[in-house]
Amino acid sequence: MGDESIIRKVVVPNRQGLHARPANLFVKVALQYQSQVEITRDGLKVSGKSILDVMTLAAEQGTELTIIVTGPDAETAANALVDVVNRFVEEDDEENGA
Amino acid sequence: MRVFQGIAVSAGVAIAKAMVVDDQQPRVTRRFISRANVDAELKRLANAMDLVAEQIQTSQDEVATELGDQYGAIFSAHLQMVRDEKLNESLIDSIRYRHYTAEYAVSQSFARYIQFFERVPNPFLRERAGDFRDIEQRLLNVLFGADAKRKLAAKQPSIVIAHDLTPSEMANLDRVNIRGIVTEVGGPGSHSAIVAEALELPAVVGVGAHLREIQTDTTLIIDGHQGRVIVQPDEETIARYEKEVEQQRQTKIRLRGLRDLPAVTTDGENINLMANIEFPHEADACIEQGASGVGLYRTEFLYLGQDSEPTEEDHYQVYSKVIRDMQGSPIVIRTLDLGADKIFGDEHPPEQNPFLGLRSIRLSLRNTDQFRRQLRAILRASVLGDVSVMFPLVSTLHELRQAKMLLSDLMEDLEEQSIAFNRDLKVGIMVEVPSSVVMLDRFAQEIDFISIGTNDLVQYTLAVDRNNPDVATLYNSCDPSVLRLIQMAVDSAQKGNIDVTLCGQMGGNPVYTMLLIGMGLRSLSVTPSAIPEIKQICRTVSAQKCRELATRVRDMDNAWEIKRLLRENLRQLFPDEG
Repeated sequence: MGDESIIRKVVVPNRQGLHARPANLFVKVALQYQSQVEITRDGLKVSGKSILDVMTLAAEQGTELTIIVTGPDAETAANALVDVVNRFVEEDDEENGA
Repeated sequence: MRVFQGIAVSAGVAIAKAMVVDDQQPRVTRRFISRANVDAELKRLANAMDLVAEQIQTSQDEVATELGDQYGAIFSAHLQMVRDEKLNESLIDSIRYRHYTAEYAVSQSFARYIQFFERVPNPFLRERAGDFRDIEQRLLNVLFGADAKRKLAAKQPSIVIAHDLTPSEMANLDRVNIRGIVTEVGGPGSHSAIVAEALELPAVVGVGAHLREIQTDTTLIIDGHQGRVIVQPDEETIARYEKEVEQQRQTKIRLRGLRDLPAVTTDGENINLMANIEFPHEADACIEQGASGVGLYRTEFLYLGQDSEPTEEDHYQVYSKVIRDMQGSPIVIRTLDLGADKIFGDEHPPEQNPFLGLRSIRLSLRNTDQFRRQLRAILRASVLGDVSVMFPLVSTLHELRQAKMLLSDLMEDLEEQSIAFNRDLKVGIMVEVPSSVVMLDRFAQEIDFISIGTNDLVQYTLAVDRNNPDVATLYNSCDPSVLRLIQMAVDSAQKGNIDVTLCGQMGGNPVYTMLLIGMGLRSLSVTPSAIPEIKQICRTVSAQKCRELATRVRDMDNAWEIKRLLRENLRQLFPDEG
């Protein structure tokens, strides 16, 4: 379609890694956009709109992920997705508060 | 007598009969259908998926109502899994092209995921296999027409023994007779562990494959402190643990007994303990924990996950529910505290630096239609109880004046329309930007109260994004600069004769309680579940001792040393509880 891909690198910030609940948050955001969303980790590429795919990345805290967004709303989608990854930390807020 | 060692995930002790739960998973055989039946089989699958989605939704609602939304969140993830495009494609392909039965397609597709997760090295992520087993079991139960809910019901006080328990089973647990949970697999992060803790049910997980050796109705002791399971204990052991069960009961009664007691120091200083809430149903928890009011009512949930902005009526309905439920106690409603990206999504151009960007009061003052709707609802609700309004992230006097002007415009409108409101509605600001602390003597002349929001105050003072792992260690609530700002805010508020509350996470952390009292704070707003513990500290210390501690801290310049001193003081307060 001639749309350029937006590529963003993120690091999984939360202690428990990219498990079911964070994966759910990520996919929910991804599904709001028209653009195609893919995530790669060490050469493995999965769909960012499938929770099962995202979970099979088995990404622990500190894992670097590359988010590739292609489509008409790629820029906004990429920003929102980076934002949601950074918010995973809120899951273990209790300990951070101390 | 035999003792099994596992991982302690939920504290407490119980003595009861074993109830061994077998895995009743139906066996799936490799079966095929004829070409003519493909469409019917696809239909059967689609119906099962719908039914399971409905069941999961029900579980989510039940668990969220009972324990709070964070516990229901796992079912939201399960729902997403059932609706997953890839999963559905693979199931449909298996039926359409390979002529598998729906059952066989399900078991084949899920087996791939379960095997994958069983081999993941990270123990927490490995437990996700359990999520897949849970959904698979629901689907197979529906397809086989079996009873979907494996309700763990017991006729006598029992301790459940199982290989593993799924989130759905935990949700359907018999709350009366089940006294403890023991599983062969699992770890501290598993959903069962989290739910057991929320239910205050002793639990030991990861005991290993020994549980088949235990018979139903054998006497068991579960020790959720040590992670121990004692099978057929001798009399001496039973006697020892019976004493502990009794102590546990006493402590529970004591903490519950605190509910109706005032939070007052040994030298007679009253501490006002209020609660922070986000969802309307949390008002019940406030009452239950003995909160003297709602010191921070966050209203963001009205905006999140909605397709359109909330109407004035949406606001009014939830506010009046909370006001009713709080039975006359004071309630501080904070206006919208979100970034522009969360509200407008696509329509809002991305910001370089959203935390310093268009958010909270700045956003409200820009998007006045929305702001008016919220303020009008607050004004209308103000006649129903003791309501105040609070503006978040105010950084200049100009912002406060603009917001107040809008408020008085709305009061005039309401008056013209003869709609009731409280003309003396108290107005306050959330103090979370250093500029507002510096200018607080001026702010104090124009407001009735402040509430110190420590989470953002720390972030803006130290210029640290605590969600950024590279700098998160710089985020420290007891950094001396933060403590000085809090002290300045408390002093200015007292001088200006306005009320001051602290509502950040710092207030709910027992480590800081003595220091905050010593710094002059007499009002804290904390998460409801933290109230009994904070109250107990208030009732054990003297304000004099707290002041001495604050004086010592004032002379220190290292955050870690301050924290160490605070921890030490807390330990000295409760020497028995180590």
